[in-house]
Amino acid sequence: MTIAEPRNPTLAVWKFASCDGCQLSLLDCEDEILALAGALDIAYFPEASSGMVEGPYDVSLVEGSITTPHDLERIKKVREESGVVITIGACATSGGIQALRNGADVSEFIGIVYAHPEYISTLEMSTPIADHIEVDFELRGCPIDKGQLIETIVAHLAGRPPRIPTTSVCMECKARGNPCVMVAHGTPCLGPVTQGGCRALCPTYNRGCYGCFGPTESPNTEALAEQFVKLGMRDDAIARSFRTYAAWAEPFKQEAERRDPS
Amino acid sequence: MTSENVDLHVPILARVEGEGAMHVQVSNGEVTDIRLEIYEPPRFFEALLRGRDYTEPADITARICGICPVAYQMSAVHAIERACGVAVGGEIRELRRLLYCGEWIQSHVLHIGFLHAPDFLGYESGIAIAADHPKMVESILTLKRTGNDIVDVLGGRPIHPVNIKLGGFYKAPSRAEMRSLREPLLQARETCVELIRWTAGFDFPDLQQDYEFVSLRHESEYPFNEGRIVSNKGLDIDASEFEQHSLEEHVAHSTALHSRLKDRGWYHVGPLARWANNFDLLSSDIQEFAAEVGIAPVENNPFKSIVVRGLETLHAIDESLRIVDGYAPPAKSFVDVPARAGVGWSATEAPRGMLYHRYEIDDEGIILAAQIIPPTAQNQPTIESDLRRFVEENLHLDHEELQLRCEQSIRNYDPCISCSTHFLTLTIDKS
Repeated sequence: MTIAEPRNPTLAVWKFASCDGCQLSLLDCEDEILALAGALDIAYFPEASSGMVEGPYDVSLVEGSITTPHDLERIKKVREESGVVITIGACATSGGIQALRNGADVSEFIGIVYAHPEYISTLEMSTPIADHIEVDFELRGCPIDKGQLIETIVAHLAGRPPRIPTTSVCMECKARGNPCVMVAHGTPCLGPVTQGGCRALCPTYNRGCYGCFGPTESPNTEALAEQFVKLGMRDDAIARSFRTYAAWAEPFKQEAERRDPS
Repeated sequence: MTSENVDLHVPILARVEGEGAMHVQVSNGEVTDIRLEIYEPPRFFEALLRGRDYTEPADITARICGICPVAYQMSAVHAIERACGVAVGGEIRELRRLLYCGEWIQSHVLHIGFLHAPDFLGYESGIAIAADHPKMVESILTLKRTGNDIVDVLGGRPIHPVNIKLGGFYKAPSRAEMRSLREPLLQARETCVELIRWTAGFDFPDLQQDYEFVSLRHESEYPFNEGRIVSNKGLDIDASEFEQHSLEEHVAHSTALHSRLKDRGWYHVGPLARWANNFDLLSSDIQEFAAEVGIAPVENNPFKSIVVRGLETLHAIDESLRIVDGYAPPAKSFVDVPARAGVGWSATEAPRGMLYHRYEIDDEGIILAAQIIPPTAQNQPTIESDLRRFVEENLHLDHEELQLRCEQSIRNYDPCISCSTHFLTLTIDKS
């Protein structure tokens, strides 16, 4: 009788409509990447390796949103071949900056950019992965935080839930001892309605949070928008502030529509 | 053995940023079809920017590319500042150069060690190289981290930095933060020299092309953010004239538009172009070291770009040390950039080549039109020309070897396919 050698779990990294920044975060783990490559087999990661092992895979990281008919089919295959699907970043989790097309006339957009619209195959909307398949875990951020990425991968390997806080950026500002940029110098800040994970990066650099980790749980966007009005912001500017990297996330989308119904 | 009929198809190009494929067809010993296919989904940035505030492109256009966000931020702020009639000088200008140095270091070292070196050494990936050369890969990672650290200190994070605004920075780094970069940079310099020697010892396939090299040229500095757009064949224009000289063509096999120069044809942007047009502006140290490792002042073999990237990294390290050593925090971290109606243009040097932006804004600062011409769209016809030439001269290679070399020749350009897709208002339709 032979006993099968224990094998390392396999990892696949998939790209849909995106900038590559979130998967690059994996290569930016300079201190951890070699150890990580020892603990799991990187079976499919075209950006980093021409060795492409066929599935199934234990863990799939999915970057990017669904914007083409071809990708709609491809994501279903990713689900079938993967034990665990983890979406990484704002595109995969809420449609990304390219979701600004949603609600606009896409054929007009194509006309602005391309001479031969007939060569272009695209969907009307840019949508998150979870609209199409079951997702096991969503990692926020534009881009994701590499510490959170390592924690998420390690947790899945260990079979425990990742320790990823879902509290707001405000909590992280308090933890860092930052003075509140809204209170101290009247700078509009999405921190109260945005999930943390960035260690309150923007307020630490003297600017308001721009919401790239998407809405926190039960965000009171309306009250915050009223505060922005008191700081002198116009409704169109308030709508734009909610329409950026997580524009298609429901609470941000609704607040933007409230301010700018057009 | 000469192959009379070859059909190479690589459906997923690995070790490039974004989604592309390669198709090469040879019939009866003649190359009948060469295509670098780009199927990266369109994201329509130029359309998304319409109606946004003039302060926003510095953050929004960064999302075009996770590998070179700083290039997008720099082209955006310089173009919009020009539209508003503001020029930024002094310490803020120096910090912007330093930020760009950080991006060159991180992007060049990633490409050298992880995306391109595996081709020369016969590995699938940089991680696979580590199994046999752990020390070299560890020092490459440390060198790359030095670039990340620079962008981290100045920008807040290495990908999509948050600290960049019109007129400068939200917050200037402290003296202590800048000093913290010094030791790692000194270490990085030694590692970089070692890395250059390592890559200079690779076997370079023989390919010589008579390129038109297009890059910025500044009167006294190896270019990052400023300069005229020049070529080794007599082009010499301001960024505001660039669109009058360039043609964009939409072809069926690409969601990136192909660029050409009017009456001049395809051209080459990137490290080899900057090198050819600005060699005299490098330090004598780097010029002499280049000669020692076999790199000519004008290098026409695209496979040697891996060594030139290393030499540019060395320059970026030296330039970083100069800026770090001379740093005094500015009294204010930005200059005011009040909105006014107008048009502004800028070209800056992304790691993989010249990146052009144009914005038209109204008197309230709302963007009326945006135009972005990324480096890989400019290089795509050049990449195809290299492929054609290489295949024609190497039909004696077996199928597998020819395919590997073709992929390697695409990677000579460090193509950034996410960048090159989804841009460009078409000016000329050649169909």
